[in-house]
Amino acid sequence: MNRKSLTLHILLIAIAFILVLPAFSMATPDASDKDLQPGSPVIMQAQELVQALKKPAKPLVFYVGPEMFYQQGHIPGAEFVGPAERPEGLKKLHARAASLPHNTPIVIYCGCCPWSHCPNIHPAYNELKKMGFIHLRVLYLQTSFGTDWAEKGYPVQKGS
Amino acid sequence: MRRAVRFLLALIVALAIFETGRHLAHRTSGIPSPPPSVAAPDLSMTDLEGNHIDTGHYRGKLLLVNFWAAWCVPCAEEIPQFMKLQEKYQTKLQVIGISIDDKESELRSFYKSHKMNYPVIRGDQKIADGYGGVPGLPTTYVIDQEEHIRGRLVGATDFQKLEQQISSLLK
Repeated sequence: MNRKSLTLHILLIAIAFILVLPAFSMATPDASDKDLQPGSPVIMQAQELVQALKKPAKPLVFYVGPEMFYQQGHIPGAEFVGPAERPEGLKKLHARAASLPHNTPIVIYCGCCPWSHCPNIHPAYNELKKMGFIHLRVLYLQTSFGTDWAEKGYPVQKGS
Repeated sequence: MRRAVRFLLALIVALAIFETGRHLAHRTSGIPSPPPSVAAPDLSMTDLEGNHIDTGHYRGKLLLVNFWAAWCVPCAEEIPQFMKLQEKYQTKLQVIGISIDDKESELRSFYKSHKMNYPVIRGDQKIADGYGGVPGLPTTYVIDQEEHIRGRLVGATDFQKLEQQISSLLK
């Protein structure tokens, strides 16, 4: 290999490295990203939650989104916590969960906006995971609560 | 050398596919629901500038009612597109933004910094109920010149399809 060819090879490797680096950094920015991918055992589908809520030992359900959507319609029995993207919402979530045994089954959900852009799910999940909850699940709502729950005919309770 | 170039090209193509996939995954909706024969509500509201807005006054114009929030990333990404539509169809179309932001200061800051060219109203449950509820953000109602709801877009809006619908309704 002559010197010119070697330089070109190094240059190509450097370009390839620069191109690939962002893809890797996007794939693992924090632990919750992996846990909250569809297919992860943390993720709960709507039908599974409907069945779980029919059982005597049903999970606690925390709603971590904006109040207007909760008032409009929420999962029966779900407790309003508020937007977990805000420090006050996260504080409220922490305070509510602080007295619970760490083996309490908890399901959190939001559905304010498309799953990939929800600002509330990740902070809420991270907070409860950090607190040590071992039976923590997240309801998967791809587009919104209205689209993926209410309009599919699953039970809805209005008001507070 | 040729092998290295081929490898680099394959890498670029793979990354392009990866990025396109990520982009498409965010576009969860955008297909207008079948046109329901539902009359749009006639609502009286006050916008962020203090102007009185009566939706009935827009009869004869195509109305786009966009429920959004400044903290909602896909909503915020759509604002420049709605501004372009307002600019393009000035006299024939009116966009109204209905924000469900709980913090007015954040809403006003967004409104000013983006120099939004259409009225924005602070939404509440009554307004949402008027449209039969808001399934999530963003949600946009397409209302024809006769004040009938002709479409509802939930999730990230496909503006190409929306503009096709606008053109069709303006014919």
